[in-house]
Amino acid sequence: MASDQSALELRGLTKRFDRLAVDALDLTIRTGEFYALLGPNGAGKTTTLRMVAGLLRPDAGSVAIMGVDALKDPVAAKQITAWVSDEPMIYDKLTPLEYLEFIAGLWGIEPSVAEPSARELLTSLSLEANMHERCEGFSKGMRQKVALAGALVHGPRLIILDEPLTGLDAVSARHVKGLLGERVRSGCTVIMTTHILEVAERMADRIGVISSGRLVAEGTLAELRQQNGKNDTSLEDMFIALVDCEAAAA
Amino acid sequence: MTTAALTWFARHEIRLAWREWLAMMTAGRRRRRRATIIGLLVFAALLHVPAYAIIGRYATLQAPLDTSALIILTATIFLAWTLMLSQAIESVTRVFYARADLDLIMSSPVALTHVFSVRLAAIALSVTAMAMLLATPFVDVLMFGGGFRWLAAYGVVVAIGLSAAAVAIAVTITLFRLIGPRRTRLVAQILAAIIGAGFVIALQVAAILSYGTLSRFAVLTSDTARAFAPDADSLIWWPARAALGDGEALLLMLACGLLLLGTVMAAFSGGFADTAVRASTGTASTRRNSHLAIFHSGSRQQALRRKEIMLLRRDPWLVSQSLMQLLYLVPPALLLWRSFSDSSVAIVLITPVIVMAAGQLAGGLGWLTISGEDAPDLVASGPLPPSRIIRAKIEVVLIVIGALFTPLVVALLFASPQQAAVTAVGVAVAAASATAIQLWFRAQARRSQFRRRQTSSRLATFAEAFSSIGWAATAALALVTPVAALVTGAMTAAILAATWKLSPRRD
Repeated sequence: MASDQSALELRGLTKRFDRLAVDALDLTIRTGEFYALLGPNGAGKTTTLRMVAGLLRPDAGSVAIMGVDALKDPVAAKQITAWVSDEPMIYDKLTPLEYLEFIAGLWGIEPSVAEPSARELLTSLSLEANMHERCEGFSKGMRQKVALAGALVHGPRLIILDEPLTGLDAVSARHVKGLLGERVRSGCTVIMTTHILEVAERMADRIGVISSGRLVAEGTLAELRQQNGKNDTSLEDMFIALVDCEAAAA
Repeated sequence: MTTAALTWFARHEIRLAWREWLAMMTAGRRRRRRATIIGLLVFAALLHVPAYAIIGRYATLQAPLDTSALIILTATIFLAWTLMLSQAIESVTRVFYARADLDLIMSSPVALTHVFSVRLAAIALSVTAMAMLLATPFVDVLMFGGGFRWLAAYGVVVAIGLSAAAVAIAVTITLFRLIGPRRTRLVAQILAAIIGAGFVIALQVAAILSYGTLSRFAVLTSDTARAFAPDADSLIWWPARAALGDGEALLLMLACGLLLLGTVMAAFSGGFADTAVRASTGTASTRRNSHLAIFHSGSRQQALRRKEIMLLRRDPWLVSQSLMQLLYLVPPALLLWRSFSDSSVAIVLITPVIVMAAGQLAGGLGWLTISGEDAPDLVASGPLPPSRIIRAKIEVVLIVIGALFTPLVVALLFASPQQAAVTAVGVAVAAASATAIQLWFRAQARRSQFRRRQTSSRLATFAEAFSSIGWAATAALALVTPVAALVTGAMTAAILAATWKLSPRRD
């Protein structure tokens, strides 16, 4: 359940490559909230999340994670954060269990806590039979599940997911959604980008729509419908209308 | 599949092979093409100098040859064949694991046996073409000194290229069937390394054991070799006769090469598809560890070091390269053992070899740990400052070098404490220098891109080579003429300083 305390606070976050990718973005996500960040390709979603995860340094602005200034004290901010990219980056020559052991060690988690948690995670993601096999022969979906288990094994308070359901079959996607739902219920905050609007519609407490590096709409599904003036419209229709409107304005 | 379609597919294969080679030479940068071509031409021109030094004196050889000359020429051709075989095994393995077009080919309405026959032929062609390129300066030198009859040597290169490719294909596919795709990758790389270095090392070992010298010619020109050599009309000498311009011998060699390749293509092209699919999916023989992974306690850096060491241990390239380095150390180690009793000065030779090997190995290890990170986002998002991540990775390189070279230094300690000390310092400095160069030129890449590391920065490649050579020479001179060692040491340090100055800016 979301509380009033903010888990993530972005103020004036700006990043420029060849063009402006993120344009003075302000965003607040409450603790225990499941937040879906939507937007067309190249809108600045991944760049924003990479700055939050400490993988990119912003040109301007601030990032606060659970009250920790992520730019001044990145190590403390990373200790409570997990990042999963759309392309699962795992080590082919490690087994899933060895991969989780490495992550637990990197985050300084006690083995007595990490090992049972790792086994439980792999079991809940239907990887029990593969936990001692090297990842080199795994399908993309299996790799994505290993990466997700890696993100959860150190008990993060903020989980950042960039297209986590890409490549997953229906059963695996349901497992992942269930796992994320459990984490949110236990007080964890999740921010996720997705192109599967149905997932955002079903799972997210609040939805933000980003276009050209700016937040163009934000709220619960009901609030978005209200802003749109149509109570029976789908998220897909609203999303397309918002993006078209922004494109026309640009 | 019609003949026209087969020709079209052959063109497609050759184009792919050419582009892969070009991408490897230019590190995938189109702008480098012209510079690469000019560089290759200059290199080919320069290669004529050592070619002249090595075989210039043999240009006037005329048939019939005496037994010693026949042995040397035949051994040289056999050496070229083993090198081609090594290269061909590497190429065949790469084709199995790297091609992403299998689904497309297998779903197309063509006879797979024909398509894969073309693919096997393309492998043979690329191996032979590479051998022709490398042989050109040598054949040129022989031709300038001895006339056009030496053009027949190109025919010999083609014949042994075809047979090397045929043997490589047969060996690799047999390995696939016997031990499965994952083990084949490792075993094939080790085989390639051993075959490539094995013949020269075996000759050196024989020379040391019999004559106390590193020169392999000592064995080839010995009375014993002459005594065991077959008669002048034996088939064994046909490659040498073919190289000297004997048309009948050359035709027989070419026919044998083609026949061998044709037989291998007929025997293996049918099963090639299954083998390639098994290799690309890698699921057929996935090994299951019987023991359970144990979660270790320790610092975050220890977790990083543990991960790096585990990945290095499982890296087929590293295993084959380390094995090759160790193989190259066998002759000097034998020399050390022989010289130990009579206090020969030849023992000094072992120090530069060890220092050079340490520098080269540290360069490869440095690239794998520092640049070759398969999960850069994961490591970067970990709660550890970047400086400590880098430090942990550097420590891994130095730990591995220490573990590999300490036994050699300890063995040297029993022969000469002073030499052991100089060797230890040389190993440490060479390894540190090579690692530093990798650090200055680090660029994010996947470990599987290792083959391209030497083309991603030519400056880093040359600096690494010169640094290893420089420290090896310095260590050797420190034992013989210490004043000269000061000069070479200062020169090597200057090379490193210049490299650092020219390296990309780092935060």
